[in-house]
Amino acid sequence: MKKYWRSIEELTDSTKVKKEELSYERANKKAMITGKSLDQFASTRRDFLKVFGYSIAGAAVVASCKKPVEKAIPYLVRPEEVTPGKASYYASTYFEENEYCSVLVKVRDGRPIKIEGNELSSITRQGTSARVQASVLSLYDTSRYKTPLFNGKATTWEKVDKVVPEKLDAVKASGGELALLTPTIISPTTRSVIDQFLAKYSNIKWIQYDAVSASGMLDANEANFGKRALPAYHLDKAKVIVSVEADFLGTWLNPTAFTKQYSSRRDPDLKDGMSRHYQIESMMTLTGSNADERFVIRPSEKGVVLLNLYNAIAKVHNAPTFQVTKSSFSVQNIANDLLANQGKSLVMCGSNDPADQVIVNAINFLLGNYGHTVDMNQTMNTKQGSDQEVAKLVAEINAQKIAGIIAVDVNPVYDFPEGDKLKKAISKLDLSIALAQAKNETAAVCELVLPLPHYLEDWNDSEPITGQFSLAQPAINSLFEGRSLGVCLNNWQGVKESYRDVVKKYWEKNIFPLQNKQKKFESFWIESLRNGVFDLESKSPKQPTFNIDSINQYARSIKKAKTEKFEVVLYEMTGKGNGASANNPWIMEMPDPVSKVSWDNFAAVSPKLAVQLGVKNEDLIDVNGMKLPVFIQPGQQENTISVALGFGRNYSGKVANGAGKNCYQLIQNKDGHRIYNLTANVKKVDGTYPLAMTQTHHNMEGREIVREAVLEEYKKKADAGNEAHAKHESHHVTLYDKPDFPAHHWAMAIDLNKCTGCGNCTIACQSENNVAVIGKEQVRNRRIMHWLRIDRYYSENPENPKTYHQPVMCQHCDNAPCENVCPVSATVHSNEGINQMAYNRCVGTRYCVNNCPYKVRRFNWFKYANNDKFDFNMNNDLGKMVLNPDVTIRSRGVVEKCSFCVQRIQEKKLDAKLDNRKVKDGEIQTACMQSCPADAIVFGDLNDKNSKISKLFEHPRNYHLLEELHTLPSVGYLTKIRNSKKA
Amino acid sequence: MYNTEVRGKLIEGDKSLGQISKDIIHPIDQKTPKWWFISMGISLIMLMAGLYAKYVTVTEGIGSWGLNNSVGWGWAIINFVWWIGIGHAGTAFSIFLLILRQKWRTSINRAAEAMTVVAVMCAGLFPLLHMGRVWNFFFVLPYPNTRGPLWVNFNSPLFWDFVAISAYLLISASFWYFGMIPDFATIRDTTKSKIKKAVYGFFSFGWTGSSKEWLRYEALSFILGGIAAVLVVSVHSIVATDFAVSVIPGWHTTIFPPYFVVGAIFSGFAMVLTLVTLMRKLYKMNNFITDNHVDAVARVLIFISLIMGTAYATEVFIAWYSASKYEFYMLIQNRMLGEYAFQFWAMVICNAFIPQLFWFKKIRRNITAVFIISLFINVGMWFERFNIVITTLAKDYLPANWASYSPSYIEILLFIGTLGLFGAGVLMFFRYIPMIAIHEVKSVAKFDKPTAERKKRHHHEE
Repeated sequence: MKKYWRSIEELTDSTKVKKEELSYERANKKAMITGKSLDQFASTRRDFLKVFGYSIAGAAVVASCKKPVEKAIPYLVRPEEVTPGKASYYASTYFEENEYCSVLVKVRDGRPIKIEGNELSSITRQGTSARVQASVLSLYDTSRYKTPLFNGKATTWEKVDKVVPEKLDAVKASGGELALLTPTIISPTTRSVIDQFLAKYSNIKWIQYDAVSASGMLDANEANFGKRALPAYHLDKAKVIVSVEADFLGTWLNPTAFTKQYSSRRDPDLKDGMSRHYQIESMMTLTGSNADERFVIRPSEKGVVLLNLYNAIAKVHNAPTFQVTKSSFSVQNIANDLLANQGKSLVMCGSNDPADQVIVNAINFLLGNYGHTVDMNQTMNTKQGSDQEVAKLVAEINAQKIAGIIAVDVNPVYDFPEGDKLKKAISKLDLSIALAQAKNETAAVCELVLPLPHYLEDWNDSEPITGQFSLAQPAINSLFEGRSLGVCLNNWQGVKESYRDVVKKYWEKNIFPLQNKQKKFESFWIESLRNGVFDLESKSPKQPTFNIDSINQYARSIKKAKTEKFEVVLYEMTGKGNGASANNPWIMEMPDPVSKVSWDNFAAVSPKLAVQLGVKNEDLIDVNGMKLPVFIQPGQQENTISVALGFGRNYSGKVANGAGKNCYQLIQNKDGHRIYNLTANVKKVDGTYPLAMTQTHHNMEGREIVREAVLEEYKKKADAGNEAHAKHESHHVTLYDKPDFPAHHWAMAIDLNKCTGCGNCTIACQSENNVAVIGKEQVRNRRIMHWLRIDRYYSENPENPKTYHQPVMCQHCDNAPCENVCPVSATVHSNEGINQMAYNRCVGTRYCVNNCPYKVRRFNWFKYANNDKFDFNMNNDLGKMVLNPDVTIRSRGVVEKCSFCVQRIQEKKLDAKLDNRKVKDGEIQTACMQSCPADAIVFGDLNDKNSKISKLFEHPRNYHLLEELHTLPSVGYLTKIRNSKKA
Repeated sequence: MYNTEVRGKLIEGDKSLGQISKDIIHPIDQKTPKWWFISMGISLIMLMAGLYAKYVTVTEGIGSWGLNNSVGWGWAIINFVWWIGIGHAGTAFSIFLLILRQKWRTSINRAAEAMTVVAVMCAGLFPLLHMGRVWNFFFVLPYPNTRGPLWVNFNSPLFWDFVAISAYLLISASFWYFGMIPDFATIRDTTKSKIKKAVYGFFSFGWTGSSKEWLRYEALSFILGGIAAVLVVSVHSIVATDFAVSVIPGWHTTIFPPYFVVGAIFSGFAMVLTLVTLMRKLYKMNNFITDNHVDAVARVLIFISLIMGTAYATEVFIAWYSASKYEFYMLIQNRMLGEYAFQFWAMVICNAFIPQLFWFKKIRRNITAVFIISLFINVGMWFERFNIVITTLAKDYLPANWASYSPSYIEILLFIGTLGLFGAGVLMFFRYIPMIAIHEVKSVAKFDKPTAERKKRHHHEE
């Protein structure tokens, strides 16, 4: 080491110099204390520096805020596939609340942070739903069970594995009966494990329970085909779609897959014709809002309508017809349309009454749709529960005829009618075991609560449609001690195997032999795992025979609609589902696509009925003993009130508890079926209840916001409804230089004809861009933070309006009004056409918010992260794990908005640069477009003349929102084309 | 030049020069009256309420206000524009009348200028407070910095606004202060209290009253007056551009700058009237602020009120004539008939109709009536800003974004706080500063005979 010296003295004798210095200091101090020598008091340069230093240090200590200590632990040995800062994607499978979706899990630094659609899936085809998008946040839910609980106290799995088999054996020995209550299980491996388990414990009966049941449909199919299954539908092959009370784009069976199929037929330029969609329903559903023609009926009239439709078709086919009252509107036109498209049409019904479903089957049969648009050969397996079996079991529990229950991932105390009674009965059983992921009402009364893993933590497989398999693999090590049903059952039978091995063995034995492409199992396994899906080569489309005689007894049971004054319909809200994921703040805050209400359920009444009852929004009414706030819903049947299920949880996490009312209690059992539409007693009661609405004005006021035409007009004139576009384009005159985009010019096109308004993009964006959840009160204050909102408008008759959905995000105007008004240049235009926000620079004057004609800018009214007043996912370490590290968390007082997912653009640009090539068209996918189940969003580079986006921008249907303002948006909309007869 | 034959005497009561000084300084020397303490107490309580609201705003965030995603500006900006408008009068009053050589201004201009300074201070608080990150307000200052250097956006009206307002505050405060120097010297010379002697001595900058000093003094007031005259027009024009530069219907209007300037003078004059009638009553200044003075201001108000009415009508006409459906909806369906129709009609009635009562001499001469009407104008002008800011933002282009706005109690307290600040400021002015410009009043007091007037003019022209 080099030696540095200050003086010759120090060099020669450094210790002496130091000693001298020390003694000098000592003398100084002494003198100061004793005050003997005055001249010692004169402060030296040294003193000055000391005082100066102390005061600086003191000031720094006093002034500095507490800095949070954050620990980062580096990898000692870096795993091969992990590159810090680079995301990995794993194919997996979502199946919750009877909804199936094949997904890709984006994992950053060991944390799953985003769900993407899997393009290889032949079912969901890269689409997801809002709930699938939000499911990643449920992984980081603080209300999850962390360890096994015995009577509410934490215990260990070792103890559980010792105690449970003992108990099971004891019950078996005493001759008692047990029930294994699960939701519909579509995992072939898990089913085989259950079968083995049941073989050992013959005293256990396995019952599948769906919170919202399709039992009526299953029964109908059993009667008609001798096969208890749901058909697989092919809406992409249907030119005419008739749906009676089936919200197939929102909640019915498999909306993501249906939306994919449906939207592929919504292109007016299709050679073999855009589909025509008739919706017959009593409440305004998401599906009804997209229909070409919509008819409003009482809920109890659906059988009558179907039978009328059947008769009209049967007459032509010389099939037996049945006596029935005339429907409230003529179905002849629909029948004609169906008859003209035999084998290319589809009739669906959402009823849980087998009679209705039998008629639907008969219609589809007569039209020759089986094997084309409806498939009873390769059936859908996502709902298998039988209402009768469940009702019987509940009766047995209530009567204490059964020794115990193992409730797996079900919550009947909450979602079965008379749940309170069940709650008491379960707590009296000898044995009550609940396997649950997060706190729920049923687990709360069980003796033993075992944590289930989140689907992203465990191995699994599934077969949603016969012959179409998919795999789930863990994307993260278990956060808590969750263990899946299969592992539990195996353990209790003494099989100690990792579930990966169990699944793998099952596939080796049962699925690998079904194919002959891959010769070795290992390569088959790796390929299937990488793809996430494996489809059998399709078998012969031979359909089971339809027993036409089986319809007689059902058809005769349909007579006429109810005559009582009011009826109530219980439905699932799009996105919110049956309430199992209600504690997910993204889901809870997502506005319902139709009503635009978040955080609550409500009684939807028609505008006419509201006048009759003398109520307005937020007034309370009493519906069958349930006090609910009124929401006036255009398109609602006049005498029908609809109320969403899935709310009113009381033993869940902070988000779900107390949001809305639990209306499962209103459901009635009729002939062994849970009936979701009932006679209602309705009266106005005193009081109001606030609803958080994100949109309160529903009329376009004659402005050209959503431009539309009917198909016939469009066929004649390509710019039908969009005549203004050419006019405005010709008026774009400016004194200024045209903006120059040398390399790229990013743009987005949204097809309003394909978009169904489902809200997937809103949540995908929220997940990608760390958008804050702000709670009911702030949503009610109209401060929702969503970067991408979906505007919904109505037109014409309020009792049966036409509905429009329009996703609106930052339009990235090339002549942006927000940019020139910012005093600090915090929002500027990039040379790639993106309107950018510099959060650090923003001082929050909100002038840009005011001056944005689209009002897409969002202000951070409060500190939304680390704030106990906003106790959502950004206020705890667990919840924060979902945050995307590529996107800054915005501080209080700054403005934020859609960035066109600039982090994704940058990533792909860098990839292209490394490969020394240009960015390919379609390579960059923003979060909203990646998983859009309707393929309504296209993103790309306008500088590339061959890109999809360039072609869409030249399309005669393309226009820009408020283009007359010369804001030159980079977002284009394609006009809405309805395939209806009347303009 | 003031014509006594036409207008009558400016100062009544045949006062000697000494008497004038004595009368005007009297409130400073006398024992502080009880009502002063009570009013000051109320003002301070209001000020404290405002401080609390500021505390909440800064610690919790703008979320404590009633704003939302559509209505990004609320009471804060309404009040800002309102106070700026009021802050216009003083300077407008002094400068324009100084340039027009209207001598009757001398009794009122000091109070008007004091009001200006306090009102601009009140106004200035709001743009600061409404910032989401007020601690970074210096980002708005254009100075070479270590952040790049990052410069401000010279295209932004908010930046122009910042420059205009700070310039205006600087000039109007100096104009006011320099105008007071001779009077401070008068107090210094007459007071018996040592403390007052020292304090007023300090603030009078060693004024001796020599001819040289007077010469420079006059030159300075004309220079400052000249600059301020420009600013009077520019400040509110620029505040108008805060709205007019935007693309939002109801804001994007070329009429805004002149309309704002006139509106500002209107509200300012009304506030002067409010203040002066109070002053006259409280300090029995009837001899200095005569009925003629009040009458003159009232006449000015009739004229401005007519301009305001015309402006409102023009806006509505253009909304129809432009054939812009957004503009039409904004003015007719939204402002005139919509959710906030009350505020619109309150504005029209208070600003365009009620001041027309001043056509009647009886009303002009009735101080109580004048006081009440002046208050109506103040309220009406507040509603005008409400209409501009809120109704516009609440319902703009896309109906899906339409939202209502109502202020939170924090915003109301902030406004009350500025009223408290204004009250306290004005009370301090009453108590410690000669509220009428002594030396200027003297210049018009003694020579009120026509011959003397002519002589004086002759003297000036030399």
